Amino acid sequence: MATEKLISDDGIRNDGRKIDELREIKFDIGVLKNTDGSAYVEWGRTKILVGVMGPRESHPKHLALADKARIDAFYRMASFSVEEWKSPAPSRRETELSKVIREALSPAVFTEYFPRTSIDIFIEVLQADGSTRCAAISAASLALVDAGIPMRDLVASIAVGKVDGQLVLDVQDKEDKEGESDMPMAYMPSKNAVTLLQMDGQITQEEFARSIDMLKKGCLEVYRLQRDAIEAHFKVSESSNEEA
Amino acid sequence: MRVVNIPVNFEQRQLVVPGTLLAEGRYQPGFNVYQDADKYFASIVGLADLRNDLISVIPLRGCYLPQPGDIVIGKVIECIPTAWMLDIRSPYQGILFASEYLSKPLNPMREDARKYLDVGEMVIASVIAFDRTRNPSLSCRDHNLGKIQKGTVIDVEATRVPRIIGKKGSMISMLKKETNAQIMVGQNGRVWISGKSRDDEAYVAAAIKKIADEAHTSGLTDRIREYLVSNRR
Repeated sequence: MATEKLISDDGIRNDGRKIDELREIKFDIGVLKNTDGSAYVEWGRTKILVGVMGPRESHPKHLALADKARIDAFYRMASFSVEEWKSPAPSRRETELSKVIREALSPAVFTEYFPRTSIDIFIEVLQADGSTRCAAISAASLALVDAGIPMRDLVASIAVGKVDGQLVLDVQDKEDKEGESDMPMAYMPSKNAVTLLQMDGQITQEEFARSIDMLKKGCLEVYRLQRDAIEAHFKVSESSNEEA
Repeated sequence: MRVVNIPVNFEQRQLVVPGTLLAEGRYQPGFNVYQDADKYFASIVGLADLRNDLISVIPLRGCYLPQPGDIVIGKVIECIPTAWMLDIRSPYQGILFASEYLSKPLNPMREDARKYLDVGEMVIASVIAFDRTRNPSLSCRDHNLGKIQKGTVIDVEATRVPRIIGKKGSMISMLKKETNAQIMVGQNGRVWISGKSRDDEAYVAAAIKKIADEAHTSGLTDRIREYLVSNRR
């Protein structure tokens, strides 16, 4: 068990945040040249780059679906992304997260508009400090927007954990490892629809209900930041034209 | 029962993102708008637009989807015995059958399709049929269509093509008049330019790039005319 306390007596976490405070989140859109859409996110110390290719002809062809686009996510952690060097070979965890992220984003995309094609989402974790799947999902939905792919809504994602007996929003690496539980959620705010909900550790039913409330509030905050990022990106490219 | 329209939720040409609630009530959902019960949402990033009761979103990003009748500029990427596969900057490759390109039948036993069109060559063609279950089929059976023999082809974003053409062709006819170049705009975001020299073509290409970059600003046609006049050599 942890020797030092993760939350001080006056409710401040070890990185200076309150229990329901997010880390500083910065989204950037359109950062790559050779993809159809891209986004970069700095989520506290977590740094993730996402590139989207497609819709494009599906390769290999036999995997193409006759009635909708096939979405594929490739979650990958750089060897230097974690404290201890990570083997560059794909790990079980990366394969699992690729699947989870794909399934969290698929409900938002109008895949039926592009039958027989594929949409590939490449997620490169450059630095990991907890909540990489949440940051990846949030950034990937911006990259999909940048690629001009029709979607029902943006997907915002955040995690709630239980640390020192208290529920905390936006779990960082240390809290994830030493805390009692971790519960990430992905959410489409204007549809009020949950696309991903996972949990490990143990919490009570009452804590679960409270967690859901915190998660929705957190997702709405992320959603606001996502919309701001889109507006900043596309407005800037408009107004710089005005001056030219 | 008469449904009273609730005023729309956006200003004309406002930037919207996927999932933005555009309106409630009885409207027509246009391009890039989807309907959920009596609510209308944007499905793409773009500028919201209301005309009569038709709500649509003018896309800022997106790929080209072929429509029958469109003129496209394709690049040959594969030769098969009696047809060519063309990259038309779309999720779906175009297919150009020999019967739609040559005036005589092509016997694959005697002749190689490559003799007429080889990989890497560019073709101006029209889309004759497309419904997403099959690849778009193309045709060169019209004047002005066929293999590109001279000039320059540039790529622009497909979402900018309506601006390069302009209202009732105002922009493109101004470009042709001011530059004396031959210009053909493919709906798929490729533009063919043929002028007296390479420099002339580069001059037109720069103007077209400028239109694409400033696509959603007003007074663009006049600004581009000034640009052309001031940069003329």
